[in-house]
Amino acid sequence: MNRRNLFGWAAAVVVLGLSSVASAEEAPPIKIGMSMPQTGGLAAGGKASLLGIEVWRDDINAKGGLLGRKVELVVYDDKSSASETPAIYSKLLDVDKVDLLFAPYATVPTAPIMPLVKDRGKLLIGNFSFQVNSKVHHDMWFNNAPWGPADGWATSFLGLGKKSGGKTIALLSADQEFAQNLITTAREVAKRMDMPVVFDQVYPPSTVEFSSIIRAMNAAKPDIVYVASYPPDSAAILRAVNEIGVGDNVKIFGGAMVGLQFASVMQNLGSLLNGVVNYNSWLPEPSMNYPGTKEFLEKYQKRAVEAKVDPLGFYLPPYGYAMGQLIEQAVNATKSLDDKTLAKYLREHTHQTIVGPITFSEDGEWKESATVEAQFHNIKDKDIDQFRLAGKQVIVFPDRLKTGDLVTPFEAARNSK
Amino acid sequence: MFSLDLLRDAVVLGLLLGCFYAAVSVGLSISFGLLDVPQVAHPAFLVLASYCVFLCNDRYEIDPLVAGLLITPLFFLLGFITYRLYYETFEKRGSDAGVRGIAFFFGIAFIIEVLIILQFGVDQQSVTASYIGKAWRIGDMRIPIRQLVAFAVALLLTVSLATYLSKTFMGRAIRAVAQDEEGLRLMGANPVRIKQFAFGIATAVLGIAGALLIIVAPVEPTLDRVYIGRTFCVVVMAGLGSITGTLIAALILGVAESIVLTLYGASWAPAISFAMLLGILAVRPQGLLGR
Repeated sequence: MNRRNLFGWAAAVVVLGLSSVASAEEAPPIKIGMSMPQTGGLAAGGKASLLGIEVWRDDINAKGGLLGRKVELVVYDDKSSASETPAIYSKLLDVDKVDLLFAPYATVPTAPIMPLVKDRGKLLIGNFSFQVNSKVHHDMWFNNAPWGPADGWATSFLGLGKKSGGKTIALLSADQEFAQNLITTAREVAKRMDMPVVFDQVYPPSTVEFSSIIRAMNAAKPDIVYVASYPPDSAAILRAVNEIGVGDNVKIFGGAMVGLQFASVMQNLGSLLNGVVNYNSWLPEPSMNYPGTKEFLEKYQKRAVEAKVDPLGFYLPPYGYAMGQLIEQAVNATKSLDDKTLAKYLREHTHQTIVGPITFSEDGEWKESATVEAQFHNIKDKDIDQFRLAGKQVIVFPDRLKTGDLVTPFEAARNSK
Repeated sequence: MFSLDLLRDAVVLGLLLGCFYAAVSVGLSISFGLLDVPQVAHPAFLVLASYCVFLCNDRYEIDPLVAGLLITPLFFLLGFITYRLYYETFEKRGSDAGVRGIAFFFGIAFIIEVLIILQFGVDQQSVTASYIGKAWRIGDMRIPIRQLVAFAVALLLTVSLATYLSKTFMGRAIRAVAQDEEGLRLMGANPVRIKQFAFGIATAVLGIAGALLIIVAPVEPTLDRVYIGRTFCVVVMAGLGSITGTLIAALILGVAESIVLTLYGASWAPAISFAMLLGILAVRPQGLLGR
């Protein structure tokens, strides 16, 4: 090879190399579209969930992306409103032409996009909504939330109450879709367990003062109080309970109170939380340590302060990250972005995530519920760091994750140390 | 389920709640009722005041009521400037100022909401004080002390404001500008200055009302949406511009809401409130104490 040929080959290699680098750089990103409540009543959860998804995006991009392409999130604020989401998802599909879809956080904004997504034949990874697919029957819906079967929440809570000697039930719920889905199943479960419902109130979301409602509930003398509430109401209900009291007959109080999982609400309520038994998705208890959870929380908590979102990030953010992991595993295994191919993979396999292994049932919910019922123990006022410790929210259900015993009755549990 | 004990508790808790409603509505009674300004940002200013109180309580451990008093001059200034802006850009320019003014104040409400989110985040915030979280026991009845405090302060605030408007020179000038702006102008007074001062007072009152709001329950940036219907309902039911009427209307609303919540079912409460408003307006279109 003479000098001229050598120079020619070298030039060709450089050109080829540059062009391949250029083509890799120019490969369009994989766009994942979603709306997220960033203002309005669901914003606290929505922003924290989004940060969890963003941590996954940064992790996957640092590893080179999916199929050699970077991942880009296309996100719009749905203002926590059900009326905003159908238009946003139409725009994501028709204007932004996203490759994949994530659902917004919570039931209310997700429910109206289900018919659209089914009609367009799109895969949708759900984000903590409850039973939105029960009537739509979309075969490409996969919920990240660990709820499991529809009656799981009521069965576990009312079951705990029954074991503690409870015979009668009070139901208190917010007049919105999530709470009503839960309370409907609670009525059915109560009937099945042969426990009479002696108080059943549905309050409008604009209710600001609960003293009168708690007073009326006390007059019915229930043994078990199952509450399905949203964040502002949850705090107001617990304040009223603390002031008015619920009587010695109440064995167990709580169940489905949204908000008691968020750091700011827990910090504000402090000792008022003691004794409450409530659902949760992840807690810093020894039974819930999965590979990757600790590393994720370290990354999330560093960014949460600057982003002014939930500084603990136990409830939603790990599941936001898991949404990304589900897509990551399906795309890497199938080498495809085709919705049907990905859906088939997701349905047929068990997926290892930072929130534990996930296997989906036919309706796109988890085959086995991993929702825990935990009781607040020994909580002090104005101390956020206490919630990072094990033993503050003792898991009392299910048995495979249990880390402590239920303390009853509720009044005794409130005062126990 | 009906019992006399339950009814008694419902009435007492309703009176406490009603006084609190009066405190959060009384500023609107001046701005909307007397000055005819479509102040739809009133609840947003209220929530802003709550966050200022939160800041004082959280950072400097100032009692919420004292913090409410401390921010009152700032809110007077805020109202003073807001009205001037509204007057120069809308009211001065024509007869449809009211309609365009609604857009102006809606805009302000959204700006306040976004500013709160940027500064404090979207989470709920609450304050601490010795009277929050405790109850006063009378026989088998328990009354939340935070509500008793809100009741006392709200009553004092409303009575003081009613006295100020009826007994002082400036108060009477504010009433005069509401009745006959042109007449006041002919007497050599500047109605715009008086309205600006009155709007300042209407906003200053929100300093105290904001403190009561965060004492009664935690606040979040979008809480104004919950109060917009209630506050306008109270002011219209009262009769536009009547401070005493505002107190009476708020008490009626509080008691009705509490009785319905206790005895008939929570989901009926908002419907009952607005049904009462419609009923009262059908009998007295000018409201309870309106002229």
